[in-house]
Amino acid sequence: MKRKASIFLVLLMVMALVVTGCGSAKPAGEAQDPVNEQPKVKVGFVYIGPVTDGGWTEAHENGRKYLVEKLGVETVIRENVPESSECEKVINDMVDQGCNVIFATSFGFMEYVEKAAQNYPDVKFLHCSGFKMADNMGVYFGRMYEPRYLSGVVAGLKTKTNKIGYVAAFEIPEVLRGINAFTMGVRSVNPKATVSVKWTHTWIDAPRAKEAAKALLNEGCDVLAQHQDAPGPQVAAEEKGVWSVGYNMDMTAIAPKAHLTSPVWNWGPYYVAQVQAVMDGTWKAENYWGGMNEGIINLSPLTENAPEGAQEAVDKAKTAILSGENKIWTGPIKDNTGVERVPAGVTLTDEQLTSMDFNWLVEGVIGKVE
Amino acid sequence: MNTTAIVFFLEAAIVSGTPLLFATLGEIITERAGNLNLGVEGMMLMGAVSGFYIGLISQNPGLALLAAMVAGAAGALIYAVLTVSLRANQVVTGLALTIFGGGFSGFMGQRLVGEVAPESIKLAFKPFVVPVLGQIPFVGKIFFQQDFFVYLSYLTAILVGLYLYKTRIGLNLRAVGENPAAADAASISVSLYKYAHILLGGALCGLGGAYLSLVYVPAWQENVTAGRGWIAVALVIFATWNPYKALIGAYLFGGLDIIGFRIQGIGFPVSQYMIDMLPYLVTILVLVVVSLKKSQENSPPKGLGIAYFREER
Repeated sequence: MKRKASIFLVLLMVMALVVTGCGSAKPAGEAQDPVNEQPKVKVGFVYIGPVTDGGWTEAHENGRKYLVEKLGVETVIRENVPESSECEKVINDMVDQGCNVIFATSFGFMEYVEKAAQNYPDVKFLHCSGFKMADNMGVYFGRMYEPRYLSGVVAGLKTKTNKIGYVAAFEIPEVLRGINAFTMGVRSVNPKATVSVKWTHTWIDAPRAKEAAKALLNEGCDVLAQHQDAPGPQVAAEEKGVWSVGYNMDMTAIAPKAHLTSPVWNWGPYYVAQVQAVMDGTWKAENYWGGMNEGIINLSPLTENAPEGAQEAVDKAKTAILSGENKIWTGPIKDNTGVERVPAGVTLTDEQLTSMDFNWLVEGVIGKVE
Repeated sequence: MNTTAIVFFLEAAIVSGTPLLFATLGEIITERAGNLNLGVEGMMLMGAVSGFYIGLISQNPGLALLAAMVAGAAGALIYAVLTVSLRANQVVTGLALTIFGGGFSGFMGQRLVGEVAPESIKLAFKPFVVPVLGQIPFVGKIFFQQDFFVYLSYLTAILVGLYLYKTRIGLNLRAVGENPAAADAASISVSLYKYAHILLGGALCGLGGAYLSLVYVPAWQENVTAGRGWIAVALVIFATWNPYKALIGAYLFGGLDIIGFRIQGIGFPVSQYMIDMLPYLVTILVLVVVSLKKSQENSPPKGLGIAYFREER
């Protein structure tokens, strides 16, 4: 009896596979309809975290949704991809599934994307936040330091203790630019304030980010900023009854009593432009670094927790940045050990800002780069 | 570091060690029954998502805790059926449970995106001062000005210890883990003991997960455990299957996990990458020490990891 039952079960499972296999084969056949004149585009997205992280990956996912809505292209996503050779497997898998445009959205994917770009010359790769390029591998990012600077202005006006905390993930140029711009924003309105940095060495571990935040609060910080994908520091600030600056997305819902504002991403329009270019056959690998003027980044609206006069100060600073009057990285800039990093009258170039030599913290930051 | 900073650090170490403690106690009970369940991470995630979900809907902290325990136990039930009744390989089954739990919490958590724990639950799990004990200098601030969950974890550790070493059922349980055939001969129901304690272990893991999602972060965050379940598995070895030593181990590991943040500010001349490695280095060190001085007390239950066939005894 038992054996009969198990044979029956196996048969049932085989049948189920066959049936579902047939089911999925049909639409694929229809999709290859020759009526479509434009080359068929299937877009893959490689994510470092879950699309529900309430931050970095979710912002990219919103961009992908915008892309699907605008162009109706087929997309494939893979979440929680580690920055290891696993990434290579995921990319190979996506190419096997027919993806011909692949967006990889974390810095640590760089070398695997580079390798894949060599292996698959017909596939277009776009790597977020890196610096390596090829004929079929473009790089894209936003000048997040611009809204970071603005959020620093708000934090600098808000702090009473003149101690601001900053929970940061890794000592890479992207994060360091953010800390430095934020600190310069703070000190543009409050020269006495300092910014203490704690490194968590993780993007997505929310409890760990919260622990770093608690350590900062114990040291007397009354405004917390973060460069983490998860909102742990916002919660810590809310619980302690102090203030916070978010990142990636508007984080008001997570910490309604603490949140001041967040520098936010808006990837959608960029994704549409790139995929449209591929469809039109005009795509070329480029190093795209969009600023606030192009809408890929912005500062979320100030909440009612923001201090008086903050809106005016932000507007003024924003106008100066948009007009090019304030380039942020214009000397004299000293680092926090007293060494002059940018001489008076000199402005750092994009190359200098993105190179790994950008490994210093500006005057006013308490912390060091390992 | 001055005294206040040290007290702040130790207070935070207790909080950071609490989810580890629940999971470690759960795994100790499971392994005492002779079953190695590597699905701790999975059961914690199941508890985390279920506790959060029910807490969000019902706004009732009691129900949320219950849901977390039931979810953890449900994960353990899958494992128990496979390893006790069907005698599947325990390591493989445990790993499968970890993957399943991760998928389950991700799937359930899709609707919880951006949700924050309701006020009623935040209020219920707010830290409060224990009368008298909380007034003791230093010790009071560190141990007795915490939230309900932390007190529950102290109590659980002590109860598990009493249960294992001072009760008849605890003695039977240890017999099942050491030598199921002998226990069977003494008319102890091996399967019943294994099922009951695997489920209980799963429920405690679920509580550990719920602490992370409901109290620690209190907003929904996918994969909130971030590997803490594996630390708990290592902690069982560290504690040499002893719930009292698990207390020390959990707070030590909780402290090691966060000490990096506390010494970054004071210019301590050791790389943080080095400090981040500490919990793992300590585990290896303990493994070496434990295996060097082999004693009856420090060795794992003899029947650990082996399926019990009555016909083969």
